Amino acid sequence: MKQTRRIFIKHTAAAAGAMGFPLIGGAQPAPIKIGVLHPVTGALAFPGQQCREGTMLAIEEINARGGIKSMGGAKIQPVLGDAQSQPQVGAAEVEKMNEQGVTAIVGAYASAICLAHTQAAAKYNIPCIIDQGVAEQIVQRGLKNVFRFGPGYEKVVRAGINYLHIMNTVAGRPIRSAVLVHEESLFGTGTAQQIARDLPAMGYEVLETIKHANPTRDFNNIALRIKSRNPDVVIPSSYLNEYVLLLKTLKQQGVAPKAIYSIFGGGGSNPKVIKENPGDVDLVLDCNHWYNPKNPKSREVRARAEKKGLFFTHEVLMAYTVTMMLGDALERAKSSRREAVLDALQASTWSDHIMPYGPTKFVNGQNEGAQPLVTQYLKGDVKVVLPNNFAEAEAVFPARKG
Amino acid sequence: MLEPQILWPALLNGLTMGAIYALIALGLTLVYGVLHIINFAHGSLLMLGLYAVFFLFKFWKVDPYVALLALVPGMFALGYALQRLVIGRGSHGKDENILLVTLGLSIIIENLALHFFGSETRQIETAYSSAMVNIAGASLTVPRVAASAGALTCCAILWLIMARTDLGRAIRAIAKERQGARLVGIDVEHIFAMSFGIGLACLGAAACFLLPAFYVSPQVGHTFVLVAFTVVVLGGMGSFVGSLVGGFAVGVVESFGGLMLGESLGQIGVFVIFIAVLLFRPSGLFGHKV
Repeated sequence: MKQTRRIFIKHTAAAAGAMGFPLIGGAQPAPIKIGVLHPVTGALAFPGQQCREGTMLAIEEINARGGIKSMGGAKIQPVLGDAQSQPQVGAAEVEKMNEQGVTAIVGAYASAICLAHTQAAAKYNIPCIIDQGVAEQIVQRGLKNVFRFGPGYEKVVRAGINYLHIMNTVAGRPIRSAVLVHEESLFGTGTAQQIARDLPAMGYEVLETIKHANPTRDFNNIALRIKSRNPDVVIPSSYLNEYVLLLKTLKQQGVAPKAIYSIFGGGGSNPKVIKENPGDVDLVLDCNHWYNPKNPKSREVRARAEKKGLFFTHEVLMAYTVTMMLGDALERAKSSRREAVLDALQASTWSDHIMPYGPTKFVNGQNEGAQPLVTQYLKGDVKVVLPNNFAEAEAVFPARKG
Repeated sequence: MLEPQILWPALLNGLTMGAIYALIALGLTLVYGVLHIINFAHGSLLMLGLYAVFFLFKFWKVDPYVALLALVPGMFALGYALQRLVIGRGSHGKDENILLVTLGLSIIIENLALHFFGSETRQIETAYSSAMVNIAGASLTVPRVAASAGALTCCAILWLIMARTDLGRAIRAIAKERQGARLVGIDVEHIFAMSFGIGLACLGAAACFLLPAFYVSPQVGHTFVLVAFTVVVLGGMGSFVGSLVGGFAVGVVESFGGLMLGESLGQIGVFVIFIAVLLFRPSGLFGHKV
């Protein structure tokens, strides 16, 4: 083609436009869409909303400090989804999020929803950052798009029993028998099955394992059964409402075991629960997700959450932390392409977080360094009591003479 | 596992829980008996009642039992207005429309509650929340015993209204023959709204008796509504005595089912009753054949 003056001017203008406008537009690069998927209505609405709040807390922090710098300060734009406390709805939300072009999805609190939504997201290669979802199946299906930052129930149960054994040994072995109470879904059943398998190996007798429905309206019969078994320790693994109702009923029926030690107790380490029911839950121990209280950043994040009127529960802190981890991965990926983010997550060695984990290292989607802490309701708050290198207070164990 | 020292308290637990079920079912059965509709918003309206009791206690320290004085007329007025202004108008005289209107109402109420009250579970702590009464060796909480007494009293009052007052006669007339009642000069729309109002007044009472021993969240209605339907089906649609007996029966079956089969599987008893009654005695224990 002959280069005329007119064509030259046209091409130059186009090139200048292509180079110049991005410079102007570069002040505001396209936002990175992140799916925020939780059960914010239905039976799990409260923990689900807590998770959403935690995620939003992190997104606000990332955006406030200038967005993803490696992408010209691109802001994170949340795409909110509601799993309505049902796995199939969670999977359907993934389809919508895919159509909206999300780079990754943070979610989805309950194990059953996580199983469904990660499967749906795998079709589109969408990275899924799991904020809670403790069932082991979530990371055992060989899906390359799943990254669980926190520990699964196998690790938590092993650690939980180990810590119980340590406290018991130090106290002169006042505890020899246990009754397990658990909710009926994947998380409670899986947790309780493993406790029932592992506890006898450490020399404890499991007198009975009691499963309950969600919701359970009345715990009186369960309390009576526990009373007739007279265990030294009661180990509940339930969601928040049932957990609190169970503990209230135990108190009413005069069931006072030497200790109540929950593993993933839905209300065992929740500042709201101790504030509202001090008489019912005082001295209850819980092995669960919790932040490193020795890290000054933890207090800062907790203060920020509480300033927003939030109770700083483990749902909030886990969702907050995993979203910050995603922010770190986006920074290193330098791209909002899903493949690049998957690679960045796989190579993650992030350590600037508030959890007691050390740098992240993903093997088959599981962060190897993740571990739970043991907390106790002491003086109206949640205090870490084990392991010693994170402890803020000494455990009161056994809580009662029984 | 089934020693007498467990069976006796389990029986009492079942009966007291059953009384609460009966109280919740009373409103449902009244509305069905007169309007011939199943009120799908029943659970959501119970939730509203529970929130009302909760906020009265939280902000003005009104004891839940004193709150009866506000809740019963308040819920009655709400029910009357709902039927007159929303359900009656929205249904255009067709029963199937009423089903949809109440279903829509339940979705709206629940989501408004979620928006304004938040999703968290709330409880109240009264001096007697954990107080116990010993009945022949079984410990029962004071709120449970009060709820049972309340349910029986409400049932008696309702029976008196239905049997001895003009309003009761008008309600019964409409339940039996709507067109005939209209022809003899009964204001059918007014009586419909009165019935709906009384149904909700029962819910208001149930909320006052329930909250000291339970919790409230926007989803709490679901916890009770299916059981309330079972109670109504078992007792016979539209029968008060049926509601009371049905409530006790469901409570006891649930209690013993839980004891023998485990709390999770124990719920099966309630639904076996539901299906069995529908199969073999669709009119329920005290219901009349339509």
